[in-house]
Amino acid sequence: MVTTRRVASNRRLRRGLFRSRSGIGAAALVLGWCPPAWAMHISEGILPPLWAGLWFAVAAPFVWLGLREVRRRSGASPHFKVLTGLVGAAVFVISCMPIPVPFTGTSSHPCGTGLAAVIVGPAVTTVIAAIALLLQALFLAHGGLTTLGANIVSMGVVGAYAGWLVYAGLRRAGFGLVVAAGAAGLVSDWATYAATSGELAAALHGGATFAATFSAIAVAFLPTQVPLGVLEAVVSGAAMKFLLARRPEFVGGSPAGPV
Amino acid sequence: MRAPAVFLVLALPLWLAAVPLPAPAASDWAGVDEKVVEKFAQEAGRPPREPLINTDRGDLLLFVFLVAGAAGGFIAGYCYRALFPPRGGRKG
Repeated sequence: MVTTRRVASNRRLRRGLFRSRSGIGAAALVLGWCPPAWAMHISEGILPPLWAGLWFAVAAPFVWLGLREVRRRSGASPHFKVLTGLVGAAVFVISCMPIPVPFTGTSSHPCGTGLAAVIVGPAVTTVIAAIALLLQALFLAHGGLTTLGANIVSMGVVGAYAGWLVYAGLRRAGFGLVVAAGAAGLVSDWATYAATSGELAAALHGGATFAATFSAIAVAFLPTQVPLGVLEAVVSGAAMKFLLARRPEFVGGSPAGPV
Repeated sequence: MRAPAVFLVLALPLWLAAVPLPAPAASDWAGVDEKVVEKFAQEAGRPPREPLINTDRGDLLLFVFLVAGAAGGFIAGYCYRALFPPRGGRKG
């Protein structure tokens, strides 16, 4: 029997969902106004046309999978669209937050895709990242249209799936949700920059070997990304702890992750 | 939940306080896309091109950043309110 309190709660939730029914659309609009994220984005024109096209081809099926997942889960769960809107806005804010790193003289931004993958799944995270990167490239002079495929692959695919795999693996191994989410944040951040290093090395190594160029680029990222990865781990773990306290159903508790 | 929040509240001022300390490289706080990505691209003979719509002009970038931050925060707060209603019913 449905209690009066639950009916009232459901009614409030439906009103909230109705008012924010375009949560995804609003988040997409917001992501379009995302200011430049001074970090791993590969700028316009850096990649040769062949490599740029290759990365688009790699990114396309993941984006398609993500869109299919969005459609499926929108029908299955009343919370999903609003949760995706919240996660999308959070990824936007996080990826637009240039953080000066002490002692290095440089700044960079966390990615947020690890935490997003834990909450809404890696496939949907790919879509979120793709929207953000596309609109940044179009309107915010950051990243690039020709390098969009590469940026989606590094941040939206490698970052998201690496974080989610670590999360799922640690959960199956018996680790708690908070620890697993923190590890996901850490690994997704580092994986994103490793992927960026790989993309650049593959396209720009010239006469040097791929390995040497990859190592040089990755080492250049290290001083900034090691501390930021740790920071992202702390924030991801704290966010998971909050979700567990308020809405544990959003994170399911299963090795596969979110509801 | 309090412990992580307290940790973050305490850690943030410490992080910010450490920022002005001497850095080994030139402390211009440029992003890694300039310091790393574009540096390697320039060396490989693939400098970045100007984007299709360039908002990186004067205070326009600052304005865009402000709008984006406000909009992102609003959207996040709006969705947060829908997903995490106040405990014990509506207040105020």
